[in-house]
Amino acid sequence: MSNVLQISWWIPLLPLLGFLVIGLGRNRLPKQLSGVLGCGTVFLSFLLSVYVFVSVKGGNTHVAHYFNFIKIESLKIGFDLQLDQLSSIFLLIITGVGFLIHVYSTSYMHEELPAAFAKYFAYLNLFIFSMLLLVMGANYVIMFIGWEGVGLCSYLLIGYWFKNTNYNNAARKAFIMNRIGDLGFLLAVFWLITKMGTVDFHEVFANVSKLSVKDITGITLLLFVGAMGKSAQIPLYTWLPDAMAGPTPVSALIHAATMVTAGIYMIARSNILYTMAPVSQGVVAVVGLATAILAATIALKQNDIKKVLAYSTVSQLGYMFLGLGVGAYTGAVFHVMTHAFFKALLFLGAGSVIHAMSGEQDMRNMGGLKKQMGITHITVLLGCLAIAGMPPFSGFFSKDEILGAAFAKNPLLWGIGVLGAMMTAFYMFRLYAMTFLGKFRGTAEQEHHLHESPAAMTIPLILLAMLAVVGGWIGIPEQLMKGGHRLEAFLQPVFAQSDAITVRNEPAQSTAFMLMIVSVTLALLTLIFAWRKFSRYVKKDREETGLGKILANKWYVDEIYDAVIVKPFGIMAKYFNDVVEKKGIDGFVNGVGKAVNYSSRQVRLLQSGQVGVYVLLMVIGILVLFIVQLFL
Amino acid sequence: MEISWYIVLSTALFCIGIAGVLTRRNAIIIFMCIELMLNSVNLLLVAFSKMHAATAAIRNLPSVVSDGQLFVFFIMVVAAAEVSVGLAIIVMMYRNTHSTDVSFLNRLKN
Repeated sequence: MSNVLQISWWIPLLPLLGFLVIGLGRNRLPKQLSGVLGCGTVFLSFLLSVYVFVSVKGGNTHVAHYFNFIKIESLKIGFDLQLDQLSSIFLLIITGVGFLIHVYSTSYMHEELPAAFAKYFAYLNLFIFSMLLLVMGANYVIMFIGWEGVGLCSYLLIGYWFKNTNYNNAARKAFIMNRIGDLGFLLAVFWLITKMGTVDFHEVFANVSKLSVKDITGITLLLFVGAMGKSAQIPLYTWLPDAMAGPTPVSALIHAATMVTAGIYMIARSNILYTMAPVSQGVVAVVGLATAILAATIALKQNDIKKVLAYSTVSQLGYMFLGLGVGAYTGAVFHVMTHAFFKALLFLGAGSVIHAMSGEQDMRNMGGLKKQMGITHITVLLGCLAIAGMPPFSGFFSKDEILGAAFAKNPLLWGIGVLGAMMTAFYMFRLYAMTFLGKFRGTAEQEHHLHESPAAMTIPLILLAMLAVVGGWIGIPEQLMKGGHRLEAFLQPVFAQSDAITVRNEPAQSTAFMLMIVSVTLALLTLIFAWRKFSRYVKKDREETGLGKILANKWYVDEIYDAVIVKPFGIMAKYFNDVVEKKGIDGFVNGVGKAVNYSSRQVRLLQSGQVGVYVLLMVIGILVLFIVQLFL
Repeated sequence: MEISWYIVLSTALFCIGIAGVLTRRNAIIIFMCIELMLNSVNLLLVAFSKMHAATAAIRNLPSVVSDGQLFVFFIMVVAAAEVSVGLAIIVMMYRNTHSTDVSFLNRLKN
């Protein structure tokens, strides 16, 4: 126990040290060394996380207090790290997947200059540190530090190729969108402090009954605004597809596997608050489902391989929020885990393809890569099957659990969810078929250059593919196998408080089977349809029309935001700049200067050097004094 | 004699002095006018001194008869010193400009 306490703070500290060493020594360190340092610190953190996980599994959960972070009168916020079932799962995901992506990056980024290469790894390590802090924090403030840290790293890494203005704009967009959400988070924390005087998870959750329903609803909705920003939900999701400007491993790590799941972690952590506020739960479920469907429809028509994956990520995050909204907290965390596996795999696979295609990202110019890229092909296929929810791959179990819980809440939610799952199967196999099947559609030069990626890239792919296949087996539904849902049993203490006050109406075994079979069959049919349709894909030049055009243009959401928010804001800012700033404030300041200047120029004329004038003025002055003295 | 006669006389002398200073440009005349103003004030001082001595005698207060008159002598001494300095300046000025016109002194400003 004390042993765990002593080592747990090394878990976030190691990547921080890595960041400092690589970041400060970026001009001196050779590439290999910064790569090794970057991977090594994360790998050590991973080993420690495994140790912590084993210890937690043995029933060893604790909160470690290190020092007082803020102490004002009665308010005491400690720098506390918490190790329990939920955070240990996230620790494993972050360090495990993070390590694989670090290894992959050493090869993917090998063309960068040593200083830029070291900068990349420094940022990546800083990200891992922030993310670990986020999930290890034992109160909302420490969590918020990590929350901001990952937002910063996301900004830095999206704008990694900062010489491209578009990439910088994408980075800024991500940062601003996140700031909107962060404001909600911060307000929720202030609200909590006002009402409870503490932000400590244990104290807040233990005394939750002291809060009125109105307060809880307000706090949870504001927290959800934070989650919307970080986890890319309607209406703040538009930054995530643009975030694909960053290097592909960054997209895999930050914008698919870890950072964007911070919102889900936060809500799962605050599960009791949400369970106590049915209104917020409803909002979470509806927003999640709407995002899942909207993003899935957009993904149907995207041609950029990374954009498809980005919208797919938004859509899958929507499913996780649906799960949280219907009270299936375990299901949501389970989906976070399986999604981290298969989405990181798919992104890394896409990275491998882009690498082989010399930077080409348009799927219309790919095709037939199966021959040259055997390992990438097989692993991506496994990832696609997993995300499409085919049994027995991991996505099936987690998605099925969420859909089952949605059905128990409201069959309509289930129906729409299955529709989304069908679309998922469609766009993933459209991606697969357009990339790997059919004939090569790119230039002859690209075809000549096609090659399988080096081992540093394929080994993470293989490991992640294995996880994507078997990762779901720790959560086999009870209907299929008694005691099969080991994850639920493991996470039970975290959600115990919520479980105690919710009425679970599990669908009957036969209904559950029916639901499973229906959703899998529908997904399978769309999968086969997409496979057959797009393996014979021929490049067409004609423009999309009708609904297809709207989807290809992402429902014009960016344009609407631009017209409704960005443009008026720009006009207002321009008005303030041109009129209020330049004419008002500058005018006043310059006016004071001008007035002094002008009046002194006039007064100066009095001093003419004529002694007589001086005397006259003196006499006038004396007369004035006399008059004042005598008559006033 | 009424004090008001003295006041009127010295005010008249003082005003003549001011008018002279303001209107004339000859340094010597300006100088004389200044002396005139100075002496009008001296006159007033003596007159008030005399008046206060009279009232003090009536009310049986300690005598202040000679204070104001003594003070006037001091002023005269200082004025004499001032005249010698002033005349010396005017002489120097005449040597330099061959005129006693004060408007020539404007040139000091450059």
